[in-house]
Amino acid sequence: MSDKRNVTCIICPVGCRIEVEIENGNILNLSGYRCRRGLQYAKDEVTSPKRILTTTVRLKAEAAHVLPVRTRAPIPKSKLKEAMQELKNVSVAAPVNMGDIVLKDVAGTGVDVIASRNWS
Amino acid sequence: MYDAAIIGGGVTGCMIARELSRYDIKVILLEKEEDVACGTSKANSAVIHAGFDAKPGTWKAKMNVRGNVLFPGICEELDVPYINNGSLVVAVEEGEIKILEKLLNQGRVNGVPGLEIIGHDELMKMEPHLNPMSKAALYAPTAGIVCPYEFTIALAENAAINGVEFRFNSPVIKIVVEDGAFIVNTPYEFVKARYIINAAGLFSDEISKMAGAEEYTVTPRKGEYLIFDKKFGYLIKKVIFPTPSEISKGILVCPTVDGNIFIGPNSNDIKDKTDVSVTREGIEEIIEGGRKLVPELPLSGVITSFAGLRAVSNTNDFIIEASRKVKGFVNVGGIQSPGFTSAPAIAETVVEILKEEGMDLREKQNFVPTRPRKYRFREMDNLTRQKLIEENPAFGHVICRCETVTEAEIVDAIRRPLGAKSLDGIKRRTRAGMGRCQGGFCSSRVLSILARELKIDPRQVTKCGPGSEILKGGYKEFIAEKDMDEYLNTVEVESLSWKGGAADAL
Amino acid sequence: MLYKDLVIIGGGPAGLAAALEAAEQGVKDVMIVERDSGLGGILQQCIHNGFGLHVFKEELTGPEYAQRFIDRLENTGIEVLLDTMVIEITQDKRIFAVNSKKGVLEIQAKAVILAMGCRERTRGALNIPGFRPAGIFTAGTAQRYVNIEGYMPGKEIVILGSGDIGLIMARRFTLEGARVKCVLEIMPYSNGLTRNVVQCLEDYGIPLRLSHTVIEIHGKKRVEGVTVAKVDENLKPILSTAEFIPCDTLLLSVGLIPENELTKMTGADFDANTQGPMVNQWMETSCEGIFACGNVLHVHDLVDFVTMEAKLAARGAARYLKEKDGAYRQMSVIAGEGLRYVLPHAVGVEKMLDEKQNFFMRSTRPMKKAKLAIESENGTIKTKMLSYVKPSEMINIELGKSEISKAAGHLKFILQEEGASDE
Repeated sequence: MSDKRNVTCIICPVGCRIEVEIENGNILNLSGYRCRRGLQYAKDEVTSPKRILTTTVRLKAEAAHVLPVRTRAPIPKSKLKEAMQELKNVSVAAPVNMGDIVLKDVAGTGVDVIASRNWS
Repeated sequence: MYDAAIIGGGVTGCMIARELSRYDIKVILLEKEEDVACGTSKANSAVIHAGFDAKPGTWKAKMNVRGNVLFPGICEELDVPYINNGSLVVAVEEGEIKILEKLLNQGRVNGVPGLEIIGHDELMKMEPHLNPMSKAALYAPTAGIVCPYEFTIALAENAAINGVEFRFNSPVIKIVVEDGAFIVNTPYEFVKARYIINAAGLFSDEISKMAGAEEYTVTPRKGEYLIFDKKFGYLIKKVIFPTPSEISKGILVCPTVDGNIFIGPNSNDIKDKTDVSVTREGIEEIIEGGRKLVPELPLSGVITSFAGLRAVSNTNDFIIEASRKVKGFVNVGGIQSPGFTSAPAIAETVVEILKEEGMDLREKQNFVPTRPRKYRFREMDNLTRQKLIEENPAFGHVICRCETVTEAEIVDAIRRPLGAKSLDGIKRRTRAGMGRCQGGFCSSRVLSILARELKIDPRQVTKCGPGSEILKGGYKEFIAEKDMDEYLNTVEVESLSWKGGAADAL
Repeated sequence: MLYKDLVIIGGGPAGLAAALEAAEQGVKDVMIVERDSGLGGILQQCIHNGFGLHVFKEELTGPEYAQRFIDRLENTGIEVLLDTMVIEITQDKRIFAVNSKKGVLEIQAKAVILAMGCRERTRGALNIPGFRPAGIFTAGTAQRYVNIEGYMPGKEIVILGSGDIGLIMARRFTLEGARVKCVLEIMPYSNGLTRNVVQCLEDYGIPLRLSHTVIEIHGKKRVEGVTVAKVDENLKPILSTAEFIPCDTLLLSVGLIPENELTKMTGADFDANTQGPMVNQWMETSCEGIFACGNVLHVHDLVDFVTMEAKLAARGAARYLKEKDGAYRQMSVIAGEGLRYVLPHAVGVEKMLDEKQNFFMRSTRPMKKAKLAIESENGTIKTKMLSYVKPSEMINIELGKSEISKAAGHLKFILQEEGASDE
């Protein structure tokens, strides 16, 4: 049984609506794209969509404040929830520098979570 | 045992509290909300009427004219901004001039000084942005404006300094007469008092019934308002009324003491005494009404809307009397317009009634007529500002940029007698959050200061008392409470950013 | 009284870029006055990624983008006054500011760059009927609670307006475990970037309901729900489509307004469409030596363009400090059909900073294919085909000195939809 998925391409402002037909995780057919980059984007989106996760962690500081953090690289979309749960219990002591690792290998993705700003 | 319990912390209750605090008696005021001025007193036109509207001989007429005389002095004593800008009842149609004449005569009988009818030219000179079709107007030089909640808060602060006790979040749920005294139940305590003054506004009919006193009804009559940005403050200087109808003075265009302009109110009898919602029809109605008087009013200049409920009694006049059924119970009900103006005169009257009813009223030696200094950083010159910041650096920390309110003023609002406990409390005492950004910038900062000063968790800070907490949860509190997978699947959504969806472009 | 060559009001992205560029241009005595306790402005709460693709050719978060500029401040000699609110500025460039340490400061500047940013439109501006309970936030205020202070202002959320901050907050709230029920947009198209519609809404299955608005807010103490309805082509609600959505929070993302309280004190001329001051090719207002850049001038969708504009203003200010001729307006620039505004409002070929000049503009409506024509009294100077223009995405056009020198009288920009009916 094949399944149809719609992907909106965000590579350029055209925003092609690409229809992807999938069966057992294999792509059968793609339509609606207008360039190679769009084709690749749709393939990735359907087979292994990834996102950079940006959120905050607790900061051990005087002022009521949290520290903005991000994954150094995109992680699988399916891991976002697990990553958020892991980060819930992370707290960091000042001083922090932008780029400092806050959490290694988040949710088993192999990607580190790093600080987005300095905090002294 | 208290000598007197006042039920209701609106302008009437607070004014009576202040008057009674001149005497050597024990007074308590019970208020169901978390602050004073939370009902009709915070949402009305705040016009100090000259007194030509009410029919001669009514309570309304007597109290209005006397209240108008007393108002400036009280504002002076309590450092409450009061502007004696005068009012105009404008006849846009030729036929309305007759109404002006009737009001003029009525006003003269009521004893209103200085009334005159002015013609088109003089009128347009006075208010150049008025509808150029305006034919004539009744000019009342004794009318003025005040900030209704600041006035009420000032009265309460002053009463508190002079020994009146205030209880908030304390709705009266039962009144029992026992051995010639009353026992008033609130959810937290039993208050024993010899006299009760029922100033419960919209709910005064229910309180009167609860005590077994005379039965009357109070109907909420909704009035909706729109407030304009200060940059349109130049449009008018005086209080501008249309010619009145049978039930209402009509939709006015009016400056505020803070330099804004408001339009409203309309007038609709409703059932729910807590329904202060603004309606679409209402907004349209007051815009139409306002533009009849000042056609230039820009819709884009509206910064907020609100609605208030007038407490209209079935007698259509104020009810100010000692109960003939229940000894020691005084009703002060149906205080609709011109109730705000009338408050000082009503309080005088209530004192007289209490004397007649046998209350032993001896003046205190140490009555303090003023309240603690009120700081208004935005109105100060730079030298004064500099001195204050040297004394207290928190004056150098501006929290609300639209109204230039400093941290020191916010802390003061919390620490003053009957200090603010919520964002609205701060807003009404300092104007923080009342400007054109409506708290977008300062509300989170004010929230932190409230939490710090009141030593509570930020999550407990409210907009206007229990149930109106600003924050729903703490840090990552909602994570793992539910399964997020359902949201993480790519789902077809109704449409794309771009009309018709990008697929159409192919 | 302090004397400064250049005072920059605001330490957000515009102010930072302007200060650094001015220092680079050789201006010695530069001061940034910032009301917050740190630099970076609104970027510090925009913790999402997507910044810097044009300027740094990589994708940064807001705080990272800001940090790149903050790091460069060291050893430049740029003076920074934090926790300091400017309360007054005069036409002759005298600035009054307050802070806790020094009290009231009076600063006489030779040149000023206004970089105060913008504020959010509120509920009042929309006149939404109903009650006024707790639980109504502008998207930016909610963003500050979540991203700076670490609190959750809502759990069951409806968002009105598809501005970028609203879309970004839809994702933020969802990731933090709240439930975003839908995003409502009164227009038939989104006001945010396509990328944000896809990555913030579609990723999480949050419906975007176009041509919908909130017609009533329910709840006396805290928001208990909203009534929403479809609107007709005149944006009037169709009451028969009214529907109640329970929620505890209503987020407003309905537009930004340049924050020009101070600018108005200078008496500078204003553009009613941008709600910011009118500027010439150096980003100078009609007040000599007072420049403006970033969201105080017009609301941007990309911070990268703010940076570009700020650099231009800084170079303009540096030039002014050297040459002392200001308020120069040779040829006016007019936004014609199809365009809401064009910036700068005036330009002159003899005194251009470079061989080319950037023009920023916004369309009045979405167009799939459009022809941009630049006309003057002596005919068309240039035409350019554009595809997929949207009011939410700023158009940036470069004109060369040779092209501008062809014009006479004025430059009029016109945007016309091409082949609108054939698809």
